[in-house]
Order: sequence, then structure tokens, then C-alpha cells
Amino acid sequence: MTTFSTAMLKTSSLEENLRAIVGAQNLRVASASDAVSGVFPQFVAEPDDEKQLATALSMANEAGIAVVPRGGATKLDWGNPPKKADLILSTARLNRIVEHAWADLTVTVEAGCILQSLQNTLAQHGQRLAFDTLWPERATIGGVLSTNDSGALRLRFGALRDLIIGVTIALPDGTLASSGGKVVKNVAGYDLPKLVTGAFGTLGVITRAVFRLHPLPHAAKSFSFTAETFTAVQQHILAIQDSQLAHTSLQIRCAAGELPGADILFEATDAGLAAQESQLSKLLGSTRLEQFSETIWNARQDLWNSPTNNTLLAKISLLPTDIAKTLDSLQSLGDSRKVNWQIVLQATGIGMLRLEAEPTQLVGAVEQLRTQLQSRDGALLILRRPQELLSLDAWGNAGDGVPLMRAVKGQLDPKNTLNPGRFVGSI
Amino acid sequence: MDARIFQELRSIVGARGLVSSPEELHTYECDGLTNFRVMPLAVLLPSDTQQVQAIVRVCHRERIPFVARGSGTGLSGGALPVNNGVVISLARMNRILEVDLPNARVIVEPGVINLDVTGRVQPHAYFYAPDPSSQSVCSIGGNVAENSGGAHCLKYGFTTTHVLGLEVVLPDGSLVNLGGKSLDMPGYDLMGVFVGSEGTLGIATKVTLRIVKRPECTRTLLAAFDGTNEAGAAVSDIIAAGMLPAAIEMMDNLAIQAAEAAVHPNYPDCGGLLLVELDGPVAEVESLMRDVDEICRKNGAWEVRLAQTDTERILVWKGRKAAFAAMGRISPNYIVQDGVIPRTALPRVMSEIARLSKATGIRVANVFHAGDGNLHPLVLYDRRIAGQEQSAESLSYRILELCLEAGGSITGEHGVGEEKKRMMSKMFSEPDLDTMQRVRCAFDPLQLSNPTKVFPTPRLCGEKPGEYVAHPLEAAGIAERY
Repeated sequence: MTTFSTAMLKTSSLEENLRAIVGAQNLRVASASDAVSGVFPQFVAEPDDEKQLATALSMANEAGIAVVPRGGATKLDWGNPPKKADLILSTARLNRIVEHAWADLTVTVEAGCILQSLQNTLAQHGQRLAFDTLWPERATIGGVLSTNDSGALRLRFGALRDLIIGVTIALPDGTLASSGGKVVKNVAGYDLPKLVTGAFGTLGVITRAVFRLHPLPHAAKSFSFTAETFTAVQQHILAIQDSQLAHTSLQIRCAAGELPGADILFEATDAGLAAQESQLSKLLGSTRLEQFSETIWNARQDLWNSPTNNTLLAKISLLPTDIAKTLDSLQSLGDSRKVNWQIVLQATGIGMLRLEAEPTQLVGAVEQLRTQLQSRDGALLILRRPQELLSLDAWGNAGDGVPLMRAVKGQLDPKNTLNPGRFVGSI
Repeated sequence: MDARIFQELRSIVGARGLVSSPEELHTYECDGLTNFRVMPLAVLLPSDTQQVQAIVRVCHRERIPFVARGSGTGLSGGALPVNNGVVISLARMNRILEVDLPNARVIVEPGVINLDVTGRVQPHAYFYAPDPSSQSVCSIGGNVAENSGGAHCLKYGFTTTHVLGLEVVLPDGSLVNLGGKSLDMPGYDLMGVFVGSEGTLGIATKVTLRIVKRPECTRTLLAAFDGTNEAGAAVSDIIAAGMLPAAIEMMDNLAIQAAEAAVHPNYPDCGGLLLVELDGPVAEVESLMRDVDEICRKNGAWEVRLAQTDTERILVWKGRKAAFAAMGRISPNYIVQDGVIPRTALPRVMSEIARLSKATGIRVANVFHAGDGNLHPLVLYDRRIAGQEQSAESLSYRILELCLEAGGSITGEHGVGEEKKRMMSKMFSEPDLDTMQRVRCAFDPLQLSNPTKVFPTPRLCGEKPGEYVAHPLEAAGIAERY
């Protein structure tokens, strides 16, 4: 499906003005590779600093054209397709690490900075942003914040919402607003860093963020085990969570027709690691424990390898006590709808799910699974789907908060300039 | 208040749920910050969510501002009543609704006392992590409003880290559910915005909390230094060694004296006392504690003690947690401040505080969360001495300015409330504050929910060009246009 944006840049003067702001070499006509879920924008602007970005955004807002903020474009097709996309506002050149206050364990970084390059800098002082994202060598700070991606480290360190301590955003009217600060502990004013985390760029464009950091671990070891049944793997996960083990990550890997496996990561001193390993063995009883290389923690990202026209990927949320039920549901969907499935599920209850089937079967499978998850306090968000399923709602039921969310959107982006239609409730 | 409205409110909460006699209202005229006092028109004590909604609907219809109140222990005047307004006390909504151990979730009403959550799950070796010093009396609803911290948030995070879902009565009386039992529910993280909004966005009536498994062991070490600079250097070295202690607290000599006088924790008499707590697996903690001991001695600690028993550990903490109240033993009056600095600025800021103290003749005791740079300078004065209260107030604001100059914050855990709203424009620019207030307008367009707090100047929502008509808040003298 291909939709051409209806709003052509209305006057050449807007184009000229944008060019004057960002420089001729940083405004270009969009190409096919700039399309966003089948919607083709007209221009791509790459401002060099946050003031330029805010000015360009306000010009677009004034002209009534739709703006799609873009970082590394690794997750640009997540969420619903935009209703309009005229201007891509790229943060590619806002990629500076402004300040690594290593002795204070904080970092201030521009939104376009690539995760891996940030981590490399932090590692020079034995620190990290305790967060594992998909495609860290391409994903930007602004992008992972906006999409609220999180991986296996979340169990111990929380999600980005728990690590971000300050943010600056550009609003469509050109306002550059900061909230939070540069210190870890701070309750002055509203916590807007959390508001824009996971907002899919619909409220403002994140231009910089401040994070709290953690020390790199002294040593780390990963172990894996296999369970005989879904119930058994759930019991193991709950028992580990209920124990006094100090694990960093804990995940389940499972696929149609395979026994469920689980992986656990310990980060500690050498003395601590040995003790943890022996306690885990004791806890698991007869279940055999194998040491594994840390590549096992790429399993979530590996689900994204070689997608076909029949591939759908989704993020699911559930309560840990519903792990077995959910795996049962997947198994029966697999059988009844001929859906091939693979899942990597964290002990936090956040999972990445890959489904493979004819698109018509995928629709039924997603709807059935979403209904089941929602009835048990869970959720299912479609991240990637075949072209012909672009009209399928990515979000599902967002509850009774939608009118309030619309009111927040109306206050910050009253003309619906940013990413129109991508978010919940047609925001 | 109009007798008709008064009757209507009484019919919602019953005669026992309405406080209106002047002598009883005095109880509610201030919170833990006692130098600001306002008499409310009435205090309402609803017993369930429907009653809260019904009260708020009346307030909304009649344009009566309201202030939610938990236990009233706040230290920034967040629960201070507003003129011509009512107070909605959540003290009667104090049930623990659900304990879900396998998922480590507890659902409570807002009036539940912080420590009672831990009390309920303790037999199963779980605890609720945020631990403000007032935890034996403060309520979860108040903790949500203030995003309360405590000594252990260095490792475990603040209230916002441990709140997963909220049921909220919005300022028009409608009910909304934010977040939930599972993580990452679809939509904006409005729960994240609500936590720490100091009662300005509505009233939380149900709170889903995350509880934490108690670690295998907890060890607490006391180290005595000649001064806070030496103790501060030890803190930096502990952090640089890649450790994340459960808590690192520091007290200066004046604070030690006060704590000794009040609860006799048997602290060494020194210029800078460091309290370091590590928790986790035994093997790990014991190996790291040896490193902490060594780091302290290397930085000049002349006495290092490891609490040997739980009783000793509890006594050590009792001294620290009683430090504020203990000031009464050494000074008739005091102001508690709550500024935050990047930890590396500690020596600079401490010596400047000492200089100011000397120059003004106002004593300052220092107790702080050294791990995260959250200072709690206690500015001591005697109200009976003419001019001392004003000198103490201006010194305490000057200390907050020092924190801002060092790149920090005016408040780490007590909130802005009434007390520090005039400092907000020193910390944030006008566009920053305006953006926050736009968010507020989405929740509370009529600005009825705790309307005079946090922001130096309320923003009137939905202003449209046209003939000037005074907003009800302007007419009441609460807001002004800018």
C-alpha cells in the first residue's frame, strides 16, 4: 500500500525558510527510502543544533505540514502509519555527548547520539547506561526514548523512564523546554522526562536527555536451563524471582514445538558469582544448569532477523503469573491457525513475539492473543507487520485515559503537527 | 461557604466525615511545614472513591479549590489549605486492597501508611522500598504526591520507580486509570507525570505498588572522620570503585550532637560521620564491605565500626532518622532544606555554607544523603530573637541558590509546595514552567486542585483573545495574568 501525502509543501517560501535555517546542504528532497510505513514525505531536514530544530519545527507547524522526527530510523515503522508525513526532522547531526560527569554518574547527551557510541564513551570511565536496546550500533537516544524500547537489563535497572533524569524538548510552537535536571534526586516540577518517554514523538521532539549511570560490573556470568513444560518454566521463573538471588536479567526463550528455555545473568564480584551459581543450582533442583556465552542476550534482537512478507513482531506485556497461560495460548494458536511463533519473554513480563503466517491468519491470531492478554491486565503492541496489515491498529485498548491523553496532546501540539495518527486513540 | 453547598457535601460524607468547627479545623491549617497556615472552609473525610468523586464534582461545579491531604507530614506546605478552599483528607481510605506476592504487587488506598505496606509483606521477606524518615506515619497517597525518596533510594529508586498504576479522580470528578499491574500499558506515561505533581493534577484513590524481595543480608558501617570533606572524599572513592550501596548518609558534628541528645545512638564524636549500608548476597556484601572499610581508613577515618547485630543496625538508623526532630534539643526553631548538588560539588558547597553560617551567626547542622548529593541543611534559629527568623529564612534560600549554582536542584524529596515556589523561576526558565503548566491545563483547566502550589505564577488555561473577563481564580486573588 502506498499513500502519497496530500499536503504538498504549500509555498516555496517555506522550503526557502527551512533551507535558510538548517543550511542548503542539510535540507534535501526525500527519497523512497525515507518513507514511513508507506507514507512518502517531501523533505528531510537535518538541523545542527536544538535551536535550529525548534525553529524548523515551528515553521512546519505554522505552515500546517506534518512532521516526523527521526533518529536512526531503526524503529520508524513501529506504531500506526502516520496520517500525513511531509517533513522528516532528523536528529542525525545532534549527536554530541554534552557532558559525562563521571564522578557524579550522570551524562548529558543530544538526542541523535548513537547508543553504542555513548556506551563506548561511558566505558572509558568504567560506566554504562544500564540499558540494552535493539540495534545499539544504529539506534539513537531520542529514538529509544520515544519508542520506550527495553531489554533484559530492565529487571535490575528499570526502563529508560527510570534512568532518565532530565530532558529538553522542542514543541511545535518553537518552545524549547527543559524539565528534570542533572542530579539523580530531584522532585522540582513535573516529571516531563517520563511524559515524552514512549510518546512516539507525538508531543515534542526530544533534543537532549540526561541519564543516571551505573558502574560496569566487575564480572558477569550467564546460565541457561530447559524446562519440560510451560508450567515448569513459569514455576522456575517465579521461584527465582521469589528467592534472594541478586540476578541482573532473567528471560524465557521459546518457539513452536520446542521446550521452553530460560537464561539468567549474574553481575557481581568473583566471590559473589560463585555463591550465586551454587544457590541457583540448589534452587533448581534436578534441572540441569549450563553456563552460556553472553550472546544469549541477543535472542530478543535475533527475532528480527530475515523478516518475510508473513512476519509480524509484537511487544507484549503480562503478569509473571500468566507466563504459562500465554505460552499455552501461543501453542494453541500455532496449531489452530498454522502460526509459527517464537518469543523472548523477560521476567518483568515484557516480551518480544514473532509470528509467521499468512496475513489473514496473523490478523486473527493477534486479535485473539490481544483479547486474552487484555483480559488479564496485559497488552499487545504491534511493532512490525506485513504491508497489507498496515491498517490493523497497533495499540489495542488504551483504557479510560485516552481523553486525558488527547487533552495533553492538545496542549503541547494543538495543530497535530507531530506524527499525526501514530499513537493510541488516533493521536 | 454557602449553606446549600455545605449541606450537599455533608450528605456525601455524612456528619462524621465533615469537619467544620474552627477548633477542629486548626488541626488542618498546616502540614509539617508549620510556618505557613491557612484555615480551610471545611475538611472532608471520604471513605471511598465514589465519595471523593462526588466531593470533587461539587467543587468543580461551584469552583471551590480543594487540597488533598494524607497524613500531613509534608515539609514544603504541599497540603497547606488554600484560601476559600476545602481540604479532602484521605486518612479514612486506608485499606490494603490486594497483596499479590507472586507478581510482587500490592494495591492500596491512598491513606495506607508507608510502613504498613512493608508490615503486611514482611512475613514473606518482601518490603516496600521508598523509606522517607516519616515512614511510620506518612501515607502512600502523600508519597505519590511528593514522589518521596528516603535514604535507600540511592539503590532502590524513588516512589515513582515503585508505583505501577493509579486510579485518579480528576479535578472535574471523572475517574481515570493510569498505568496498571503490568508494565508498559499503551499510551502516555501520565502516571509518571502524576507522581510528584504535589496534588496539582487530581487525587489518587488507588495505588498499585511494586514490592521488593528482602536481600540475603544487610550490613551497616559507621566511619568517623575529622570533617565532612574527608568523609565526602571517601564517598567519591566508594562510587569510583564501582559500588552501589543501599545507602550512604553523612552527618556533621552539630547533627551528631542533636541525635545523641535525642535517641543516644552512640555515634562517635567527630566532625564528619559516614554511614554506609550494603545489601545483597552475603559473599558479595562481605567482600565489598572490606573495600569500603579500607577506603574509609585511607581517607582518614579514625574509627570504623560495623554494626554487629540487627539491634545495633536499627539504633544506627534511629539516630539518623531522628536527626530532624532532634534539632529541637539544640535549637528552639529550625528550617529544614532539601537542596541537591552533584556530589562532586560537596566540598565547595559545604565550605560556602560554613562561611555563610559564620558571617550571619546562624548555626547550620548538616545531615544528608551523601550518595546522591541530597543535602538537608538544618538552619537553626530562635524566633524570640528579633530578626533571627528572617535571617534564617534568607540563609536557607541562599543555600538553595548555592545548590542551583552548582548545577543541582532546589528539592530532592520534600517537594516545592508553597515554600519553594518562588525558587522555581531560578531553577527553570519561563518556557520550561509554561510547558509544565500546559500539562497541568490538560488535567485541571479550572485550576482547582491545589491551585496555589509548585508554580510561582499560575497559568490560566484556554485563554482566548477577546474581551477581558476576570477568571474565577483572579477574582479570588489566587492567580494573576502575566
